[in-house]
Amino acid sequence: MLMISLDRLDELFAAVAAKQTLYLPADREDGQAEYRRWEDGVKLSSRLNTVRSAKDFFFPQTEDLVEFKMEGKNIEVIDPRKESEDFVVFGVRACDARSFTILDKVYLVEPVDSYYKTRRDHGTVVTMACTRPEETCFCRTFGIDPTAPEGDCACWSDGESLFFRANTEKGEKFVDSISSLLDEGDTEKLEKINERTRDVLSKMPLANLSAENFGGDKLNEYFNSDKWGELSEACLGCGTCTFVCPTCQCYDIRDFDTGHGIKRFRCWDSCMYSDFTKMAHGNPRLTQLERFRQRFMHKLVYFPANNNGEFGCVGCGRCLSKCPISMNIVKVMKALEVK
Amino acid sequence: MNSETLIPYVGVVTDIRQDTPDVKTFRVVSPEGGKLFEHMPGQCAMVSVPGVGEGMFSITSSPTNTEFMEFSIKKCGHLTNWLHAMDVGQQITVRGPYGNNFPVETELKGKDLLFIAGGIGLAPLRSVINYVRDKRENYGKIQIVYGSRSKDDLVDYQEIINEWMADDGVEVNLTIDREQEGWDGHVGFVPNYVKELAPSTDKTVLVCGPPIMIKFTLAGLKEIGFTETQVYTTMELRMKCAIGKCGRCNIGNKYVCKDGPVFRFDELDELPDEY
Amino acid sequence: MQEAMINRAKELMADGTVSRVIGWKRGEFAYDITPAVFETAEEIDSDFVCDDFTAANVSKYLIKESRKEGRILAFLKPCDTYSFNQLIKEHRIIRENVYVIGIPGGPKLDAEKLKARGITGILGVRNEKGTLHIDTVYGEETMPMFEAILGKCENCKSTKHVVYDELMGEEGEVIADSGRFDRVAELENMTAQQRFEFWREQLSKCIRCNACRNVCPACSCENCVFDNPDSGISNKAAADSFEENNFHIIRAFHVAGRCTDCGECSRVCPQNIPLHLLNRKFIKDINELYGEYQAGEDTTSRAPLTNYNADEDCEPSIVHERGAE
Repeated sequence: MLMISLDRLDELFAAVAAKQTLYLPADREDGQAEYRRWEDGVKLSSRLNTVRSAKDFFFPQTEDLVEFKMEGKNIEVIDPRKESEDFVVFGVRACDARSFTILDKVYLVEPVDSYYKTRRDHGTVVTMACTRPEETCFCRTFGIDPTAPEGDCACWSDGESLFFRANTEKGEKFVDSISSLLDEGDTEKLEKINERTRDVLSKMPLANLSAENFGGDKLNEYFNSDKWGELSEACLGCGTCTFVCPTCQCYDIRDFDTGHGIKRFRCWDSCMYSDFTKMAHGNPRLTQLERFRQRFMHKLVYFPANNNGEFGCVGCGRCLSKCPISMNIVKVMKALEVK
Repeated sequence: MNSETLIPYVGVVTDIRQDTPDVKTFRVVSPEGGKLFEHMPGQCAMVSVPGVGEGMFSITSSPTNTEFMEFSIKKCGHLTNWLHAMDVGQQITVRGPYGNNFPVETELKGKDLLFIAGGIGLAPLRSVINYVRDKRENYGKIQIVYGSRSKDDLVDYQEIINEWMADDGVEVNLTIDREQEGWDGHVGFVPNYVKELAPSTDKTVLVCGPPIMIKFTLAGLKEIGFTETQVYTTMELRMKCAIGKCGRCNIGNKYVCKDGPVFRFDELDELPDEY
Repeated sequence: MQEAMINRAKELMADGTVSRVIGWKRGEFAYDITPAVFETAEEIDSDFVCDDFTAANVSKYLIKESRKEGRILAFLKPCDTYSFNQLIKEHRIIRENVYVIGIPGGPKLDAEKLKARGITGILGVRNEKGTLHIDTVYGEETMPMFEAILGKCENCKSTKHVVYDELMGEEGEVIADSGRFDRVAELENMTAQQRFEFWREQLSKCIRCNACRNVCPACSCENCVFDNPDSGISNKAAADSFEENNFHIIRAFHVAGRCTDCGECSRVCPQNIPLHLLNRKFIKDINELYGEYQAGEDTTSRAPLTNYNADEDCEPSIVHERGAE
């Protein structure tokens, strides 16, 4: 398999960044990781994952949709989009890579969201196999193999070298573009590392979490479960879980008066927020119980009901470590499950 | 459909009709003249005044109208207040059409139809009523039961009197909630009136109005002998994108903006009770 | 302590003093506890936990809980009692419906600090004489406990309970030399430009999740101004730097004089923004301008910002003109 020595990573990044904008996870001064644009000096993070997921690259937190110039009674409609540039997102984990295929099932079905699609078309996703999963990981619950990530090109590290395998045409182009830096390498050590990673995963606290009893079949049974009250009791109604989640995809559309015209933007929204479904004449989700229920029903029941059983969760564990009151999808699944 | 569905068309308001004290009907055409887009009865559009807001409204004119689109809009919030205050000639933005439609070309074809509406609930049904009136040969008998708080709150009253009532094979039954001077028609709530009229149970029913009216009307229809598979309604929830992506109008695994707004009652029954 | 708390809670339920208990519920791991209301002795036996990770302040939940049928037992740490008192003062909690047991406070631990050191795959954490022994799937790790202390416990202002019906453990005292304003003083000593850069960098991390506001015991408005769609504030958009800065600054203004410095805002921030520093700046200013004042210390005194006195009051603008710091 083609590979590069880990001590030549800077060279690799420089070569990629010379042609396209390169983003990768980097450590912040507070010890957490975030995706950053690579420039000389930026080092690949040692953390397993970033606080914010990689969905930002395709579904940014805020973006302008359309602008309006208002003059007297007349309106001019302006598409504010500029030509998009190609970019590479490096170091995406298997969970986040799968989240893109979930987002695709929302944004690329008719009518296609062209804002999202343009970015998908221009982005090359280079994934990185996990070697040190954390206790909050449960990607295997959703059939994801963290030692064989999806994405345009997948990478593996054996501690000395980084190995590359293209999964798509875009991935092949990526590997071609750096081929002058790569050599053929022996993957024997890699196999052992992957085996060890899978072994570690089977010893994790959430190793046996199963989603097989969820899905569209028991929609009303789960909706009417008497567990929701207790589960949602301490929920603060904040949007942390939603905003760190790689698959949460709801948004709001708002207008902003710039003084020179109106900007219509969209921004992430959360079904956990009290105003999410509020209308002039009432609100079908009056209390936090209904809002809380919506988020988990959507991921565990509604989404699979519409997508051949595929769940709207990738088991990345972000909500497990970030919810201010440590209530999360794992606790919900365990409390709710009807066998 | 517009290939960039989140980017709206500009429409010009060419006529504003005061229907009731709080309902106005707005006529909208493209700046070049003619309709902004084609639609089917029951479909909706996102109407907006940039900087004020955007909202989903049913298109109340019939697709058979080749010149313009109309929206009957009740004044009840920020955007609708603004729309009610504007003058003819104002430009607004419109995108659509969105959602499904009443199955006028399939299940409703050849059937006797019973329309039941309350208040502003006539708005989405007006599109269907005028569609089937224009294509009379495709449908059986038409009966319309329509009620409002008072005579002044009956939307499209002139059109009902002058056109609908004048048609052959169209029976119109109007009612108002309370006695009123100058009204010699029926007085009483819509659900009760429907029971009194005892329509024949082979009709297909289209009902729209306030939730409480719909609830009692459905119960009344069942008493008379109708089944849920014969009754259609149209729903309203908060919407932002109108294309099933922003997540707001989600009920169970359905999105009202995309899978609805038209549902048959047996379909609604399968959904969680959250609307 | 946990054992004693469990026994006392069950006693008070059994003798009818209370019908419910608010505390913390065990999670999947060593550290992911959830505030919870317990209604039976069985629930308490199986799930109640009070340990190094039970940092969540349950006072704000009592706004809702004290309006329910029956009396509720609340275990409050010293810092939590200040929040509780402040909410009593603001007439948000119905006092007679809560039975308060004061329990010893922290320092509590922050699992994120373990992970930031690369200690992951955590299966269990033992605290032995100031050293943490962390059992992980990758083997046992150790680290000094003081390096894992939760931010809000680093400069503890008081181990004294300002309100309780009953006390468990020994009573502490107000800590005069907590050093909690040291970082604020550092920021004050920066140039305006440096300070601006500092806050821009911190606040630009904000993802508008509202966790800080929703957890804050001083943010108890039924409807927040930032949630008003007609306010002209693009409350969910993170792109506009003006809005981001202002959300946190306006919030700090809104809680000024009422914030007890419980530190929950910084604890829950997924992006580790040191939000408590904004509040501490206000507390420090109030202390300097109007005399020492600790919100939540009592339920009767008038707060400096709501108690204008033409003779004695020192308005900030006047202080500024005099050239004071």
